[in-house]
Amino acid sequence: MWVYVARRFLLAVPTLLGASVIVFAMAHLAPGDPIAAVMPADASQAEIEAVKRAYGFDAPLPVQYVRWLGRVAQGDLGRSIATRRPVIDDVRDALTNSLILAVASSVLAFGLGFALGLVAAFRQGRAADKVASAVAIVGVSVPHYWAGIILIIVFSVQLNWLPAMGAAIDGGLLDYLRHMALPTVALALIPLGVITRVVRSAALDILAQDFVLALRAKGLGRRTIFAHVVKNAAPQILTVVGLQFGFQLGGSVLVEAVFSWPGTGYLLNLAIFQRDIPVLQGVILVLAAFFVVLNLAVDVFQSLVDPRIVRH
Amino acid sequence: MRAVDDVSFTVEPEETLGVVGESGCGKSTLARLILRLIEPDAGSVTFLGEDLGGASRRRLKRLRRDMQLVFQDPHASLNPRMTIDDAVAFSLIVHGTAGREARARAGRLLERVGLDPRLYGRRYPHELSGGQRQRVNIARALVLDPRLLVLDEPVSALDKSVQAQVLNLLQDLKAERALTYVFISHDLNVIEYVAERVLVMYLGHVVETGSADALALAPRHPYTQALFASAPSMDPSRRLVEPPITGDPPSPIDPPSGCRFRTRCAHAMPRCAGAVPPLIPLAADHHVACYLYDEGHRSG
Amino acid sequence: MAVGVARADVELVTGAPMSYWRTVAWRLRRDPVTVGAGVLLLLIVLSAVLAPVLAPHDPTAGSIRLRLAPIGAPDHPLGTDEQGRDMLSRLLHGGRLTLLAGLTPVLVAFVVGTVMGVGAGYAGGLPSTLIMRTMDIFYAFPAVLLAIAISGSLGPGLWNTLISLSVVFVPRVVRVAESATVQVKSLEFVAAARASGAGVWPIMRHHLLPNVLGPVLVFASTQVSLSIILAAGLSFLGLGVTPPDAEWGLMLNTLRGSIYVNAWVPALPGVAIFLASMTFNLLSDGLRDAMEVRV
Repeated sequence: MWVYVARRFLLAVPTLLGASVIVFAMAHLAPGDPIAAVMPADASQAEIEAVKRAYGFDAPLPVQYVRWLGRVAQGDLGRSIATRRPVIDDVRDALTNSLILAVASSVLAFGLGFALGLVAAFRQGRAADKVASAVAIVGVSVPHYWAGIILIIVFSVQLNWLPAMGAAIDGGLLDYLRHMALPTVALALIPLGVITRVVRSAALDILAQDFVLALRAKGLGRRTIFAHVVKNAAPQILTVVGLQFGFQLGGSVLVEAVFSWPGTGYLLNLAIFQRDIPVLQGVILVLAAFFVVLNLAVDVFQSLVDPRIVRH
Repeated sequence: MRAVDDVSFTVEPEETLGVVGESGCGKSTLARLILRLIEPDAGSVTFLGEDLGGASRRRLKRLRRDMQLVFQDPHASLNPRMTIDDAVAFSLIVHGTAGREARARAGRLLERVGLDPRLYGRRYPHELSGGQRQRVNIARALVLDPRLLVLDEPVSALDKSVQAQVLNLLQDLKAERALTYVFISHDLNVIEYVAERVLVMYLGHVVETGSADALALAPRHPYTQALFASAPSMDPSRRLVEPPITGDPPSPIDPPSGCRFRTRCAHAMPRCAGAVPPLIPLAADHHVACYLYDEGHRSG
Repeated sequence: MAVGVARADVELVTGAPMSYWRTVAWRLRRDPVTVGAGVLLLLIVLSAVLAPVLAPHDPTAGSIRLRLAPIGAPDHPLGTDEQGRDMLSRLLHGGRLTLLAGLTPVLVAFVVGTVMGVGAGYAGGLPSTLIMRTMDIFYAFPAVLLAIAISGSLGPGLWNTLISLSVVFVPRVVRVAESATVQVKSLEFVAAARASGAGVWPIMRHHLLPNVLGPVLVFASTQVSLSIILAAGLSFLGLGVTPPDAEWGLMLNTLRGSIYVNAWVPALPGVAIFLASMTFNLLSDGLRDAMEVRV
């Protein structure tokens, strides 16, 4: 089994490298000269060239890539063209905020989704199932950025209970939580829908299997069956939760835009419009690396928990 | 893992060669090797004097008309999205027959195996019973007029009463069309019924070969003896108190050295762990791969 | 020897057996939710296609005097936006771009992904490994992130949105197609076809594709709603369709600041996105049930 884990690890390396190539290439796909875009309009060609050389943009692309990769490996993600601050600092701060949002949102989505999914499975066909399934399909279909706007309309504008913008980093914990409430809910909606459906589907599959019938025939109570269903559905469900967490980390861009939450999405947005290539590359690379590691963890966890996974 | 290890035999025209053994003994792999659906790592398959290994793709395609395979699982052996007559006619169309002519011949063959083409032709596999699907498989195999039919457990998935019908059908067809069968099964009763000569396999090796009568009367290899003794009998006087064979079959990935049956054999000797026993002739048409029958080690 | 025909099959004599796709269509018709969603989707699509005919006003013409008229205002049943343009007209026209940007990438991914996936699945070995590992690299990025990154690099515009979303969805379809192909390839009827001497193309056409297209189609249908949300989302961020064109995501963005003035008009484009997305989800659920496929 450890062979499998080691193999999976090794497989992650070329994936990461490939991702890094894509990240690097993307930044250079952009039409227009990135340096000229941020220099003052009257800068001379010589000045532009000097800045280019300082940033190493004058070397051929493969050389730039290798240099960039080398620096990244040492933790140096370069400096922002717009603010001159080290990218790694900004990314670290932003990532922390995004992670907090993603974790809170995942807990909400998973907790509620798990409960709803089980209710739907155990009460299949009845009213509770229909309600839970309806909630799930609404959750999956709703554009989360729009949901955020609606939440702002209802809770900020009309009722004035919760703030609409920002993260109140300098305020107290309660203030932070108040700011976090709406974006967390908005981000949780789609994963909530997905998790509910997966839990319902997995639980139904298990309940339909013959050995559940055998358990019932033995006269075992609902609790045992319940525990049994949860145990068997766990690998499948946790895989989906892992994937949805990735969605929330990556997808927070849109929600952060709505709420001006200072996370990676916000940073990414800014970098795109300022054509700030080092920041763009840094954010995407860190997020992609995170996702690769996350996928790896999910795969390994699944192989640990589910003995039926064939490991070649 | 060697599913089939050092297996050599010939099949005479118009005979039925039965291949018998338990799951994992390599029978299905053997079937696919004969038809060149998988490539052997070593050795050759010669059909009517021609080595299949050296055949070009076009030659192989031509040769494929002459040897066909009937599969075990009636469920997975038919394309769920194809109607019955299309499934049977497909082989003909692949070899260049025009559509209408192909369907007509397919229809005649369906009729021969007992399925009215007007009733069943446009149906889908899921609308047929297991026995009916197996008849379709047989029709499909015969539509190209092959000389050799390899049947991989063709009746194992069927009810006993249906088995008898299908087996009788196979016997009739063989006589009508002068076919040669290689009949693979784990069921001794079936093998006794259809086969003239028998090959007994265990974990990739051939352990005994001979005429069906000789083996049934006096099986020599300990494994063959156990197989025949294990067949449940309706005759109370033949019922056993203890199982004739003990232990689990060893893993095919890591087989025992030498004779692979030695770990479950009541007569195992130190010699058995050495080299693999060769096929020792006992009579003109009876060979055993067992050191018990090697000169100097007769044990009656 | 008697030709046996089972007596129990007498009832099958009447009525022609239905082909697989006819059965699927029949099942779809019987589910009220699916039918309802289908009707709603038809309405949405028709309204988008017929927008130039149905829209009461020019979607790009507005006067500041009339800005942010509420829902139910005279001559503007759904109000006006922040530049005084009629919301109903903009919603109708916006539907064209949003639906186009949502559906096209999935269609492209369906075609390209099936070709690549079936090819990889059938070929196996090195070509398969190359293709699948490359897809894995793209799969390493969350969909939203990848879409934004590519769009961000290429710049705004409808074409770039189509390209970036296609790149997002192709790897997913390839995965499903390859997995289905590998499964079907191992089934015995494929071996039977090879034993009959059939070449690659007849096997693909008659045996592989008909059995693989089902699961791939169901999967693709589940991706449409996400594609619509992403396409509108890209415009929402300013990376998709550009002003003054009407597009639901873009409208959400430009109207966002106006929620303090008139709360409900800015919510309308989102309602449209939600409805379109929901009908596709309901339809794809119905399709999956009708095809009895576990995706």
